[in-house]
Amino acid sequence: MARHRSTSEIINFDEGVIKPIGLLNKATVPQLWMSFKAVSDLTNYKHIDLSEVHSVDSAGVVFIEEVASELIKSNSLLAEKSFDDVIVNGSDEVLNSIKIFSQRDLPERPKRVRTGYFERLGESFLLGKSGVIEILTLSSEVFYWSIAALWKKKGARKGSLIQQAGLIGVDSVPIIFLLSFIIGLILSLQSAVQLRLFGADIFVADLITVSMLREMGPMMTAIIVAGRSGSSIASEIATMKVTEELDALKMMAINPIRYVVVPKFHAITFCMPLLVIISIIVGIFGGIIVAVSYLGISPSAFYGQMVKALSMKDLLITLLKSTIFAWAIVIIGSFYGFRVEGGAEGVGKATTLSVVASIFAVIVIDVIFSLIYIA
Amino acid sequence: MKEPIIQVNNLTAKYGEKVVLSDISVDIYPEEITVILGPSGCGKSTFLKNILRLNQPAEGSVNVFGDNITIMEEDEYEKVLRKIGVLFQNGALLNSIDIFENLSIPLEQHTSLPSELMEKIIRIKLELVNLSHAINLKPSELSGGMRKRAALARAIVLDPEILFCDEPSAGLDPLTSAALDELILNLKNQLKMTVIIVTHELASIHRIADKIIFLDQGKMLFYGTVDEAKNSGIEEIVEFFRVGSF
Repeated sequence: MARHRSTSEIINFDEGVIKPIGLLNKATVPQLWMSFKAVSDLTNYKHIDLSEVHSVDSAGVVFIEEVASELIKSNSLLAEKSFDDVIVNGSDEVLNSIKIFSQRDLPERPKRVRTGYFERLGESFLLGKSGVIEILTLSSEVFYWSIAALWKKKGARKGSLIQQAGLIGVDSVPIIFLLSFIIGLILSLQSAVQLRLFGADIFVADLITVSMLREMGPMMTAIIVAGRSGSSIASEIATMKVTEELDALKMMAINPIRYVVVPKFHAITFCMPLLVIISIIVGIFGGIIVAVSYLGISPSAFYGQMVKALSMKDLLITLLKSTIFAWAIVIIGSFYGFRVEGGAEGVGKATTLSVVASIFAVIVIDVIFSLIYIA
Repeated sequence: MKEPIIQVNNLTAKYGEKVVLSDISVDIYPEEITVILGPSGCGKSTFLKNILRLNQPAEGSVNVFGDNITIMEEDEYEKVLRKIGVLFQNGALLNSIDIFENLSIPLEQHTSLPSELMEKIIRIKLELVNLSHAINLKPSELSGGMRKRAALARAIVLDPEILFCDEPSAGLDPLTSAALDELILNLKNQLKMTVIIVTHELASIHRIADKIIFLDQGKMLFYGTVDEAKNSGIEEIVEFFRVGSF
């Protein structure tokens, strides 16, 4: 005779009968299951006696039927028997619970369909192809509506341009201010050490001015705006799609691109060059601080050298570049927002993808403009 | 007479300074289906949230299984939660995981069952709501009615003693709604569950309600059976049962 005792339940393995005692529920079944699994030879057991089971829940029923199934499988004498022959002496209440939660008539669990590697590869190719078409279509619609909106005032929310300019532009100023100042300080410090070796201290002004004007100003601003506003655009549109707000707009004969994207497009087109100019000025100011305090260059000398390094062509290209960055951020954010599938998870994915893609696009555009600067 | 399974004592709920529920006291008895009804904005969902401790009442107490859950320690409250299932208005299934995983969360959190038994329990519960075929699907791949049934399967996966349902029929067609009512009725009759439902679907109330709690403007106007409600002489209630809506 084997008697397995645990903290809250008992199970008897005696004279060919497995006899659980007391409650068979989610709290007691794990221990009972372990006790049952510890029995090496099941061939001697022919019945599960439920006479001392007071109540069972769904876990208890599963336990009873699993034990019955194991007994039938391991004992050739029970081969022709059914669960009802093996499970004996249950009270009406226990038998009723078994009836409700029985797994005997459970259908086969459907198999998970797993797609193969090449199938996934093909799918991603097709998805990429449709993505290119969609982003081109979206871009054309955004450009069309952004121009059409200058005349057609219907279908837009009043004050949305000002509101978006505040969110995308004004709210970004502090972080752009701080980061550009730090970037200016770092650039200046790093280059000052090297330039001092050659006695070319004064050229720190050229370096800071050109790098902030051509690269660091627009690039840092674009990355910050992509992180802040690009993600917010993607998540806002994605949430609107998931909650059927976009469908509601369509049903009110309002073009979602006109209503949702165009105000952001106008706002970012207007704000981005201003943010870039702020970034350039603040970055150069950071450079001046290092030049004056570390290299001992006078502010007027720095200013004179800076003016020599500045060129109108660079400024115009920078402003054009920053505008292209801005458009890329809005269109990519909107693209991922409109393309969302699923619920909360889809919104999260769309947001992440939009930020990654925006920053990637900003860098690629920057490479193209670098060639234009040189030309 | 049985002891009440839930006792609400002088419950007052506020949002900021606004009083949403005022001095409500009611005893809810086991193995009964109690329907909370009232016009929109009367505080039905707030009442449910206070009973569940999703909101803390401004005044009063809520006893569940004899213990005051409003002042209960978190670990004690967790033990109460093991005996409670909640079907939220929109199902509230986690969209990022499939139905099987949605149902396995409460089992993994509250039991130490081996995985093979856990899987059987999940399949049994899905079969109870006729969703065996959807076990590997994600919630976004299901229709509204199927999502509700899957959420019900999740709510009963731990065999709760009390099942709370927030507007189970909302957004469902009459047939699906009737099937869901039938399911809830079976849970009560076969599994001896206590069920508390927020709804104002008259057909649903006639089908399943043992008792009704009628709320209006944050006050409890009536508590009793449907027949008692119809004969209560309270104008708002009689009108509701006559017209079928608020």
